[in-house]
Formats: sequence, structure tokens, C-alpha cells
Amino acid sequence: MSLRTTVAVVMFSVLVVFFVSTALMLSFGDPMKTEMDDYIIMHTQNETGTNSGITTVVFDYRGFDTLGEATILFSAVSGVLMIFRRVKN
Amino acid sequence: MSQMSKIVRTLSNIAFPFIMIFGFYVIAHGHLTPGGGFQGGAVVASGCIMLLVAYGSTWVFEKIKVSRLSVFESLGALGFIGVAFFGLLFGGWFFNNFLVRNGILFNIVPKTGSTAAEFNTAGVLPLMNFAVGVKVIAGLFVIVLVMAYASSLKEWKQ
Amino acid sequence: MTMIFNIPFIAVVAMIFIGLYAVLFKRNLVKMVIGISIIESGVNLFLITLGYREGGVVPIFTSAPSEVVKNAPGSMVLPVPQALTLTSIVIGVAVLALMLSLIMHIYEHYGTLDVRKIRGPEE
Repeated sequence: MSLRTTVAVVMFSVLVVFFVSTALMLSFGDPMKTEMDDYIIMHTQNETGTNSGITTVVFDYRGFDTLGEATILFSAVSGVLMIFRRVKN
Repeated sequence: MSQMSKIVRTLSNIAFPFIMIFGFYVIAHGHLTPGGGFQGGAVVASGCIMLLVAYGSTWVFEKIKVSRLSVFESLGALGFIGVAFFGLLFGGWFFNNFLVRNGILFNIVPKTGSTAAEFNTAGVLPLMNFAVGVKVIAGLFVIVLVMAYASSLKEWKQ
Repeated sequence: MTMIFNIPFIAVVAMIFIGLYAVLFKRNLVKMVIGISIIESGVNLFLITLGYREGGVVPIFTSAPSEVVKNAPGSMVLPVPQALTLTSIVIGVAVLALMLSLIMHIYEHYGTLDVRKIRGPEE
């Protein structure tokens, strides 16, 4: 049995377990822990003055995530420019 | 990549200002409506890429310097981090929303509940939206521009 | 409860499975990148599905309906998974650009995209 077949069998069994567990345990439309999101929805207007809850989360409550995301975008652009550095000459 | 026919170029000339206006609207109203810096930047970059496809990459590559676009991308990143450091300077911690109640701009706090779209709200969030929008526009456009120009060169064709 | 029972989760698992199949069993590099993109779409759909609340609308108060504002946190979907999905989409675009650039470089260097032929040092 080759390595690819072994990896495929392992992946398939993991996916079957994941499939059964999600189909049986979680129920769609009813999230379990919602305290943090309820706080953000109720306080987004008087704490940050923003009407949009998603922009509040992206730039204010979880600004460090956006900072890392901007870093990843910057490094991707740098990588592409470095791969094609011969083109600019 | 050579330029396409005159019909395509004319239609992209007509559609280009509307795409620009919609993209900058999405960036500017990121704190009021669905959207923000990333989405509006993607819209504007898609409009620029439409012009790139219509006119050919060699024509656009001669008009626009890649280093200048890269400078714009760095300016977006520096603006984002700079606004965050101004929060550290004026309020006490990193990413502090120091403009929200006592700033000189964007300082109105809306009433709780369903409100109309008041643009002058939300503290530093419109500034961050603008910085991230500039960053995403320059980044996506420079990626596609460099890849299109590289694929049109002779040495990349086998 | 709902008419669609757990179909979004099943769709998530199906998309991840299709992407893993493309990554594991295809020999072409572009097809493997397409598989990675399908896996990424499945993960984004999983995040969005975890944050959905039944009958919820988008958590934005600009000219929201009055009955939505009246029972406010229960009638809006969770904002944090949507923000993380936005992060994930942008990271996916960046990684996709980097992968396609590397594939162009590989094609220029080896003249093929088959993973069996580009293995090993250059002769």
C-alpha cells in the first residue's frame, strides 16, 4: 500500500467522523455560546459610535487580527514582486 | 497580452467611472452599510483589472510604474499602523478609538437603535477603512499587473 | 425547527472532501490549487454557518426594521464569525496569488506542470 493510498484512507476516515459528528451534534441556526456576540451587538453604538457591527469587530474589537491580515497581504505582494523581479529589469 | 477590440475598450471606458464610484462609496460608508476597506478595495482593483484586460498589459505597464503602486501599498499599511499608534499616544493603548467622543472629526455617537446613516460617526474607523482600502487597491492591482506582464514576455513562453 | 436540517454542514464536509480529493489525486499543479481554493471556500462556509442564528439579519443598525431592533441580540447573526471570514477571504486571495506566481515560475523553469516530472534536481 503506497503512501498516497494510506493518506487517502486516513483523510477519508477523518472526514467520515467529522461528517457524522456535525450531522448529529450541531444544529443549524442555533449557536451555543453567544455572550460575546450579544455584547458586541448591544454595545456597538454607544461604545464605538458605529452602526455596523462587523466593521466594529474588524477594526476596533479585533484590530490585531486585521493588523496580521494586512501583514499577510503585504508579505504576499512582496513575495510576488520578488518572484517576478526579473520582469522589472 | 495585446489589447482587445474597439467595442470592448469603449464599453470598459463607459463602465469604469461607475465601478470607481461604487468602490469608493463602499470604502467611505464602511462604518454605516455592509462593506468596508477590503470589499471596496477589491471592487476598485477589479475595475482597474478590467482596464488592464481591455487595453493589454504592455500598454498599462508602460503607463504605471510598479514601484509607485508599491509605495501606495506601503503608505496604506503605514497609515493603518499610524492610526493605531495615535491611539496609543492619545488614549493609552494600542488600537484605541480616540476620536469617538471628544475628537475633532467623526465624533458623533448615534442614538441606540435604528438610525439614519450619519456619516460623521465612528471615530477612527473611517480613517482605517480608507488606509486599508488604499492598501488593498494597490496590492491586488500590482499582483495582477505583474503577473499579466510577466506572462506576456517572450522568455516566459516556451 | 428549520426546513433545511443540517444541509450547510453537509455542504461544508462535501466541499472539503472534493478539495482534498483534488489535492491528493490530481497530478496537475493548477488543479491542486483549485482544490485548495475549494477547501478554503468550505472553511469559510463553515465559519459563516456556525455564526448563523435562525431568522437573523445582518448586525447593522442603519435603517434597520423596528421589530429587529426591539428584540435586538436575538434577531441578528453573530458578527465575530463574519469578521473572521472576511479576514480568511483576504488571506486566501493573498495565498492564491503567491501559489499562482510560483506555478508560473515552475512552468518557466521546467516546461511542465506535472508533479511527477518536476520532482528531483535539474539534469
